[in-house]
Amino acid sequence: MAELRRSPLEGVALGDGFREVPFLSQIDLRLNPADEGARGAVESVVGPLPLVPNTVHGGHDAAILWLGPDEWLVVGPPGSAADLERQLRDTIAAATDAGPVAIVDVSANRTTLELDHPDARAILAGGCSIDLHPRAFGPGRCAQTLVARAGVILWQLDDAPTYRLLVRPSFAAYLAEWLTDAIPD
Amino acid sequence: MSGTRAPSDGRIDRNRPLSFTFDGRAMTGFAGDTLASALMANGVDVIGRGIYTGRPRGIVAAGVEEPNAIVQVERADGVSEPSLRATTVELEEGLRVQSLAGRGRLESPGDAVDAGRFDARYAHCDVLVVGGGPAGLAAALAAGRSGARTILVDADTELGGTLLGTRDELDREPALDWVRAAAGELAALPETTILLRATAIAYHDHQDILVAERRPDARTEGRLWHIRAGQVVLATGAHERLIVFADNDRPGIMLASAALTYLHRYGVVPGQRAVIYTTNDSTRTAAAELTEAGIEIVDVVDSRDGRAVSGSEGGDRLEAVVVDGERRGCDLLLVSGGWNPVVHLFSQSRGSLRWDDGLATYLPERAVQATHVAGSANGVFDLDGCLREGAAVGARAAAEAGFGDGRPPVMPAADGGTAIGRVAPIWFVPAPEGETAEARMFVDLERDATVADIRRATGAGLASIEHIKRYTTIGTAGDQGKTSGVVASAVAAALLGQEPGALGVPTFRAPYVPISFAFIAGRDRGALSDPIRTTSIQPWHVAHGAVFEDVGQWKRPRFFPRAGESMDAAVLRECAAARTSVGVMDASTLGKIDLQGPDAGDFLDRVYTNGFAKLKVGSCRYGVMCRVDGMVFDDGVTSRLADDRFHMTTTTGNAAPVLDHLEEWLQTEWPELRVRATSVTEQWATVAVVGPRSRDVLAVLAPELDVSADGFPFMTWRESVVAGLPARVFRISFSGELAYEINVSTWHGLAMWEEVMAAGERFGITPYGTEAMHVLRAEKGYPIIGQETDGTVTPQDLGMEWVVSKTKPFIGSRSHRRAENRRPDRKQLVALLPLNPDALIPEGNQLVAAGTDLGSRPVPMIGHVTSSYRSAFLGRTFALALVRGGRERHGEAIVAPLADGTTIEAWITDPVVVDPDNARRDG
Repeated sequence: MAELRRSPLEGVALGDGFREVPFLSQIDLRLNPADEGARGAVESVVGPLPLVPNTVHGGHDAAILWLGPDEWLVVGPPGSAADLERQLRDTIAAATDAGPVAIVDVSANRTTLELDHPDARAILAGGCSIDLHPRAFGPGRCAQTLVARAGVILWQLDDAPTYRLLVRPSFAAYLAEWLTDAIPD
Repeated sequence: MSGTRAPSDGRIDRNRPLSFTFDGRAMTGFAGDTLASALMANGVDVIGRGIYTGRPRGIVAAGVEEPNAIVQVERADGVSEPSLRATTVELEEGLRVQSLAGRGRLESPGDAVDAGRFDARYAHCDVLVVGGGPAGLAAALAAGRSGARTILVDADTELGGTLLGTRDELDREPALDWVRAAAGELAALPETTILLRATAIAYHDHQDILVAERRPDARTEGRLWHIRAGQVVLATGAHERLIVFADNDRPGIMLASAALTYLHRYGVVPGQRAVIYTTNDSTRTAAAELTEAGIEIVDVVDSRDGRAVSGSEGGDRLEAVVVDGERRGCDLLLVSGGWNPVVHLFSQSRGSLRWDDGLATYLPERAVQATHVAGSANGVFDLDGCLREGAAVGARAAAEAGFGDGRPPVMPAADGGTAIGRVAPIWFVPAPEGETAEARMFVDLERDATVADIRRATGAGLASIEHIKRYTTIGTAGDQGKTSGVVASAVAAALLGQEPGALGVPTFRAPYVPISFAFIAGRDRGALSDPIRTTSIQPWHVAHGAVFEDVGQWKRPRFFPRAGESMDAAVLRECAAARTSVGVMDASTLGKIDLQGPDAGDFLDRVYTNGFAKLKVGSCRYGVMCRVDGMVFDDGVTSRLADDRFHMTTTTGNAAPVLDHLEEWLQTEWPELRVRATSVTEQWATVAVVGPRSRDVLAVLAPELDVSADGFPFMTWRESVVAGLPARVFRISFSGELAYEINVSTWHGLAMWEEVMAAGERFGITPYGTEAMHVLRAEKGYPIIGQETDGTVTPQDLGMEWVVSKTKPFIGSRSHRRAENRRPDRKQLVALLPLNPDALIPEGNQLVAAGTDLGSRPVPMIGHVTSSYRSAFLGRTFALALVRGGRERHGEAIVAPLADGTTIEAWITDPVVVDPDNARRDG
């Protein structure tokens, strides 16, 4: 049914240096990291959870983002969410020592803008109040913050720097217009 | 005589003449001039007028503290700005300048829209240095060399501060050579940023400093920086102050340091015959410097010798001053009444100030944030001391931010330099004729306020400087009393028989200088002024001519007019379709929250007024949430997906507040409950298919789904494939009709909508918007949160006792037992049927009992209208209203007096006016 999918920014003209990465799989995980049974079951499926606030394990195609003391976002390639959710549920159900884990498919709840622009830092600094200097925020870091008036999960992929902005579909057009309007002079 | 251009000297580019006009007169200046220096060089004496007295006023200062030279400036592109200080306007080609009498104008003469681009920039640093004079430069060098991320901001066009207007030397070379070398070194440091034409306007909590940067040659002409600084060094300098005497406001009377700055920096000779009136050593070399420029020194009057200037003569230009009772002919009076450290930002940061008797002014006392002060802002007035203190403070700030060892770098030695020594202040000079002259002793030139005004204030019993400020308006003008505040405080103290410094100074407030709204708006203009949120189905709505309504940030279709159709007609048609055949609406904006965990049912029992723990998997239930005060907060349908999982819906506007509410209770009150709440509002697109033929449409789309009344009853949900797409279908109704809400992934929202339209075509499926939705639900007496409720309405007031459990506690349950919330005369929800079936009562209209004398005052009001519509089904108008004791008044008449003096009479009825038995919904 892929042909019936429509990404939030389909048909929207985007400025140089950024693009939509549509249809990424995203699973929101909520669990108590001190619950070793639950954490072990989850990690046997997705790999180790990042426990340092605002850090990321993994990269472009598969990553786990720390969103809160008991919340992670697992990001995977398009089309993988249903299998991953099933695998997680089955594994946790089988783990007799696991406490409750909330698993929610939120793949369509946000789309992804990838910003790969020589002035990416300056562009973001026009509307994002967190410190993006390499001493403060580098590859493998993420943060839930505002860019202009849109709430985003900001995630730095590499040293270039390339950033991903995960944004609610309803805010995507606004955010794209704001980024297109940015002039880093 | 007036000002003239010196044949040489100054930091202006005499090879780049610039033309401009002042009040229509053509003039020429040079690149590097300010508007003020160019006006002075063109012999302009009078630039403004006292706003009350109309007295002529000339240039007093050379910087941001100028109280008089306020002008309207129209640029070559037609954009005009009001109320600019000529001393801070860089001269450019083609400026048209007008002196200002009265109020400034916001709009351009030619209605030119200011298309100038402004933006914002967030920045973070270890050390922020405010001020690029000697102290600030030394501090920036010390911090920058340590590797600390350093930002140096200065309001001027180049670094150097006061050195730009003096002939000071460092290590026996011109001080400006050192400035140039320092600027070059700073510019080369990778982690150091220099911002020129950048004024720090506010110092907020948490080291948050706002800086307004003018960028005349860039595409973005103004930028508001939000700088978060680990450490802040304030090297903001000091403002010289005037001395108050009779007729101290004549053009030609100016601050001594300003006169020297015009001479040295701009090559402008400010007059021909000068008297110097001083209280301190800062004017020590002034006479020699003026003499060298060919200015005759008539007298040097030093307060420390017990001498005083007590008056002046002249018209549009100073002609003489009275010194110790004798007339001295002159066209220029240089005044140095002392120096006020620029403590505005320090004070804004909540640092305290103390009075210093030797300097006769206020100095920074104790910092509250990570704030350091250096140079004359800290009362250090000699160049050597400024450099050394700047270096020490810069190194210390860097060390406190974790960079360097805190040892200050070596600075060059100042040869001579200017110190001010002990100040012998003269706050105001009594006139021979006595108090009558006090109305000509100007304290605040911009506000045209005098010693007489202060005497009136103290005479009226005011003893607080904050009260005196408001009574006299001193310090409330655009200059915020930069030259007058300390003087006014000391004058008031003298009149109250107290010591100077006894009253303090009024609170300093941001912004330090006025900035335009364009700076504040930045790029948040036009389409970017606020996000416009749209659903996945928006392209269809636009293509089919929807008229949109703003619902918070959402754009929702309000109705879908056919060609030439009015809103009333379209809404009636849309309502009729939903009641007689089938309608469809985009309900994607409803809030959705996924609740998981073994205690989810228990949690819902606590947050909803009714019970959910026993809800069967596969079933849905309508619920109402209250706040602790028992008032309705939100409502919606929540469905059980599994034993430990629910799907909650909220109203569109409360999607985020409800999630916050749930998280707050889970995190702070009931952390033992094993429940997690996750927003899935935008995971799902929702297509509501509504009306007697909705079952037929669903049957076409989901052939494998049993859609029969028994197989898929009201208030249940099914997971199914619909139109080939994975979907959750909820049989719930916000219209009172047979209805299904089809939820699919947001990616599939548009496809599902188009499939529904295609499947419904044979039934005449009709898209409808929020207006028809409102009418349909009102006919059923369903309240809308925020329309029927306003935070003072209980579920019982809405006639919904059935949704309030009497057996379990929930948020708000105790409040429902309060006597006030049980009063029989509370406003209760009713429907109104106007006697004239065409009469539409305005929403919000007040209601009075039938027979009320509308001539009496006050008119006793017994309720108000919350919703009012035309009903296609009833063929008449109706309204919902909150009426005192309304449930006991069914069948009574009520009157709505309209604003135009007419009245509409109506019958009060039960709020459900269509299908009270729910036969349509449950069919």
